[in-house]
Amino acid sequence: MDFTFTEDQLLFQESAREFLLNEITAEKIRGLWETDSGRSDELWRQLAELGLSSITVPEEYGGLGMNELDFILIAQECGYVALPEPLVHTALVAVPTVLAISSLKDEWLPKIASGSAKVIVGLEANLLVEDAHLADLLILQSGEELHALKPEQVQLQYNQSVDPSRKLYSIDWTPSKDTLVAKGPEGRAIINAALNRGALGVAAECLGLSQRMIDLAVDYTSERQQFGKPIGSFQAVKHLMSNVAFKLEYAKAPVYRAAYALAHNLDSAAVNVSQAKFAASEVA
Amino acid sequence: MDLNYTQEQNDFRAEVRQWLATNVPADPLPSFDTEEGFQAHREWEVKLYEGRWGMITWPEAMGGRGADLLQWLIFEEEYYAAGAPLRVNQNGIFLLGPTMMEYGTEEQKKRFLNGMATGKDIWCQAWSEPNAGSDMAAIRAKAELSEDGKYYIINGQKTWSTRAVWADWAFGMFRTDPNSERHKGLSFILVPLELEGITVRPIPQLNGLPGFAEIFFDNVRVPVDCLLGEVGKGWSVAMATAGFERGLMLRSPARFQQTAKRLVELYKENQTSADRDPAVRNSVIKAYMDAEAYTLATYQTACRLVKGGKIGAESSTNKIFWSELDRDMHATAMSLLGARAELEPHAPDAAGVGSWLDGWLFAQSGPIYAGTNEIQRNIIAERMLGMPR
Repeated sequence: MDFTFTEDQLLFQESAREFLLNEITAEKIRGLWETDSGRSDELWRQLAELGLSSITVPEEYGGLGMNELDFILIAQECGYVALPEPLVHTALVAVPTVLAISSLKDEWLPKIASGSAKVIVGLEANLLVEDAHLADLLILQSGEELHALKPEQVQLQYNQSVDPSRKLYSIDWTPSKDTLVAKGPEGRAIINAALNRGALGVAAECLGLSQRMIDLAVDYTSERQQFGKPIGSFQAVKHLMSNVAFKLEYAKAPVYRAAYALAHNLDSAAVNVSQAKFAASEVA
Repeated sequence: MDLNYTQEQNDFRAEVRQWLATNVPADPLPSFDTEEGFQAHREWEVKLYEGRWGMITWPEAMGGRGADLLQWLIFEEEYYAAGAPLRVNQNGIFLLGPTMMEYGTEEQKKRFLNGMATGKDIWCQAWSEPNAGSDMAAIRAKAELSEDGKYYIINGQKTWSTRAVWADWAFGMFRTDPNSERHKGLSFILVPLELEGITVRPIPQLNGLPGFAEIFFDNVRVPVDCLLGEVGKGWSVAMATAGFERGLMLRSPARFQQTAKRLVELYKENQTSADRDPAVRNSVIKAYMDAEAYTLATYQTACRLVKGGKIGAESSTNKIFWSELDRDMHATAMSLLGARAELEPHAPDAAGVGSWLDGWLFAQSGPIYAGTNEIQRNIIAERMLGMPR
């Protein structure tokens, strides 16, 4: 029994954190809101250079060959800075999905690893597909089938979210024999795996996001003065903050356990992910 | 990260399980908050000691097994799963024992630790006073050195001392410097309860049992060799007693996991009526997940400590988490039991109520004892988050 991260995993987290904190400032995120795509090719290039986009791509395809557990702390850091780029989606959803589809992996995994292409997966569990406008390849679900489509084969309709960082699209497309890449029980298994990994990614991002909210609120309540003192010195405010802080502590272990379960293909993985997603999103 | 138990850990678990299977009394003992139950629990402690299961984290030379924190968690899981009796000896072996190993003189260790381990001496705590609860630095009970320097003469009152009515010894803090204020001038003193001038008065608990007591000291002469640690440094000794690892000893996750499992069973038994309100089902699931979250978080911390890591914010967060979890689980059980919830176990229509009512009454005190949750929230805000005082 060893429920700890390795030195390497912690170092990787540390370096990702440093980069993200420097680069993904609130000003930069607001700046991206003003652009057409809401995303930055330059930023994606930097993320790819750091190896972040290729973490889960197997080594023979030019990636780092790491698993969900290696990535989980990075996903947490992505949440901490509210990174708009589809990094968590790429590492936890797109890469494993492409890897599971033999007709796609040879062509697309090296491209993802080098940062020269983005693959976006759209599942029916979600009303809309985030970042569909960035995709060089879309993998879309139709029942138990998965289809791979190029941007020119689909029609995108932008849906504005209250969060300007979210770029959501409905997709008009037609499944055909030519686009079919997986079906039946195999298709179902790939879809389920993608759903679990997607939920795990959200859970980890929620942990980071919660920590950021706590940090920002501590800063503010330590500065803001009323009645001649910082408002953070009042118990009413302290207890509100503590309530979030202690619950966050108990959401972490379930998320890490779920990442472990997925990385080791445990039978309990789906249940573990559900628990992680519930716990972390409740806190956030 | 490897979430599998080692072969050694599995073997250890099997050994614990087997011993408990042959030794745990078939019928539950009467409550240790009664005289009869207290004695029965003391006999159980003797049995545990003889099997070397009494305090497995103590060194082997002292009758323990030198077990690490992970073995401790495994032991506790088996202990609660087996429905073994609650630990009447907990103040001695989990709180005072480790503190004494750190602060006691060689003579004190020789004198006290064995009696503690065997259950011969059962200890109670003497911290709170009528005007010093959350604000423990307001302690006023005095311990003045006698003229010949051989005794501390103690005067004052302590209260909320669990099972002090039957305990043999008390440990607590007293003001040895009459001119001192707050944290300074307090000393940690061990008091034999049979001394002249001591009156122990039971306080009935919410469940009617005399599990609490107040202790009055009227010129009680305690020999000076009963001072633990340095004179006037009682506060730091007391803080060690309340430290994290000991918190883990007292309330490891197994206890709450077991309650969560029983709650799921209770839900299944009452599913038809329970499902009329989907919120009840959600509460059952939430309780189960929270008990598991506490377990996972504890394993994570224990693994880090076993590898030589440092303790983080856990001591502050644990207390709130388990006490509110315990309270919520019992409240959910009350909802599941519906109209039967208020019935005493011997009432004719109380089938299925079992110990839930008693547990619910006790769970109300969780957010209060061992440092109120309001105080814990202050500690989290100030020490973990760094908010202004």
